[in-house]
Amino acid sequence: MKLWKRLMCTCRRRSPWLFHMNSGSCNGCDIEFVAALTPRYDAEQLGVLLQGSPRHADILCVTGPVTRKAADAIKTVYAQAPGPKAVVAIGSCPATTNVFIESRTLEGPLGRHIPVDVFVPGCPPRPDAILQGVAKAAAILAERADHPPAAAPVIKPDAVEVQR
Amino acid sequence: MSYRIPMGPFHPGLEEPYKLEMICTGETVTDAKLHIGFNFRGIEHLAETRNYIQVIALMERVCGICSNIHTLTLCQAMERLTNLTPPPRAQYIRVIVAELERLHSHVLWAGIAAKLMGFKTMFMTCFEIREKVMDVLQAISGNRVNYAMNRIGGVNRDIEDPASILKMLEALEREMLRTIIPIFTTSTTARSRCAGVGVLTAAKAASVGVVGPMARASGLSQDLRRAAPYAAYEEMEFDVPVQTEGDVRARLLVRALEIMESCKILRQALGKLPPGEIFVPVEKYAFITGTATSRAEAPRGEVMYSVSWREGSRNPARVHVRTPTYANMPAVRWMVQGARLADTPLIQASIDPCYSCTDR
Ligand code: SF4
Repeated sequence: MKLWKRLMCTCRRRSPWLFHMNSGSCNGCDIEFVAALTPRYDAEQLGVLLQGSPRHADILCVTGPVTRKAADAIKTVYAQAPGPKAVVAIGSCPATTNVFIESRTLEGPLGRHIPVDVFVPGCPPRPDAILQGVAKAAAILAERADHPPAAAPVIKPDAVEVQR
Repeated sequence: MSYRIPMGPFHPGLEEPYKLEMICTGETVTDAKLHIGFNFRGIEHLAETRNYIQVIALMERVCGICSNIHTLTLCQAMERLTNLTPPPRAQYIRVIVAELERLHSHVLWAGIAAKLMGFKTMFMTCFEIREKVMDVLQAISGNRVNYAMNRIGGVNRDIEDPASILKMLEALEREMLRTIIPIFTTSTTARSRCAGVGVLTAAKAASVGVVGPMARASGLSQDLRRAAPYAAYEEMEFDVPVQTEGDVRARLLVRALEIMESCKILRQALGKLPPGEIFVPVEKYAFITGTATSRAEAPRGEVMYSVSWREGSRNPARVHVRTPTYANMPAVRWMVQGARLADTPLIQASIDPCYSCTDR
């Protein structure tokens, strides 16, 4: 049984499937995310595959400062992804709402809505940094597979509450 | 019997969140409705709370793909309000960055269009070539996406070694001529998937008021770089490619030809780069009361900024932005009518939509 568990952990770590979600970003992070999947940076060397549905995904990659209209959709998509799952917040926007801070149409940062495991800072982060974030999330995912129900976030959402 | 098919807001075929609702009869689309607003960050309101330095950084984040054109247009408007004229070297650098941005945006679009055609190999090839453009941009500005090049009265960074950039450019042009252009202009895959799809006639294009490559693919020859030259475009020689078919293939051809024209402009600008200052040194910017507008030709069409200021204020009184996708979007409705359902993602992508610009 133990061996089986170890095998599952390795499998999860070696082949995380991603779902990309844009919560109102400026597109900067999204094109860098796409660039990370293409030949120069080649995310597939990590076993990463981009999926079209959250129901097939292990890691959710979220960009953008979470607009009011996207906030509910994000929670729905998070609930749709099967456990164990991990969340990578790409860019400074989901971490702190970045330059859009104090906008009345934002409901960010992302930590208020779903637990985030890895933050990749930068505006936008370079594709290599995004890959590193995904690799980290894959390692977290592998550990989490051991205890599926208590999927505690590594960074607590209130830890990123922005000081206004 | 007609039925509705909703698509989005988070859909694998869409880069950005928006919702497309199609009303179909069998396989044929009879009408389409577009719901936007998922990217609404209230930037125009936020701009009123930022000072003249912060507002440039804020407007750069309207759109990550055409970030430079937003700051360029905003700075041009603010220069009108402060009575500053950027030195010639700055004007040339502005042209160079704007054209590099057009290059990377068109190649990006070509990649996405190829993906939607089901031509995945081409998608990867386009992105690989795009990385080479990004290398040039990174060599000039130090950044890959938000370049932070423009300031009031000039640019922030100099191009110290145009010869090395020219060399990178030549390699890039060879690559484009070898792969992207021939495949998109002659390959049967591209032709059979795009010819006669999503037609927008010249009359319709004029009546819905489309701009940029959309208009040029429908036979309307309009280009602000030619019609109302800004920065150093007056001194550049280039053609404005126009196609008359108005289908997706025509848009593909217009963009492919524009890539070549951009290379031509870049070569001239880098070759003729005049010496001198790159910005006007000013102790304090003295804004006058009033409204200034400024227009520029973004990769997707015309961008207009209207900036109002009150004398003595640090913040703008109002910043209004009109983006090209906002003008092009209504045309989708006429383009999808009568099309097959499977063609609609490609048709709506052919306007090169940018919803983060549109929603702001
Ligand atoms: S972090 Fe920067 S580049 Fe990324 S979405 Fe936010 S503003 Fe755009």
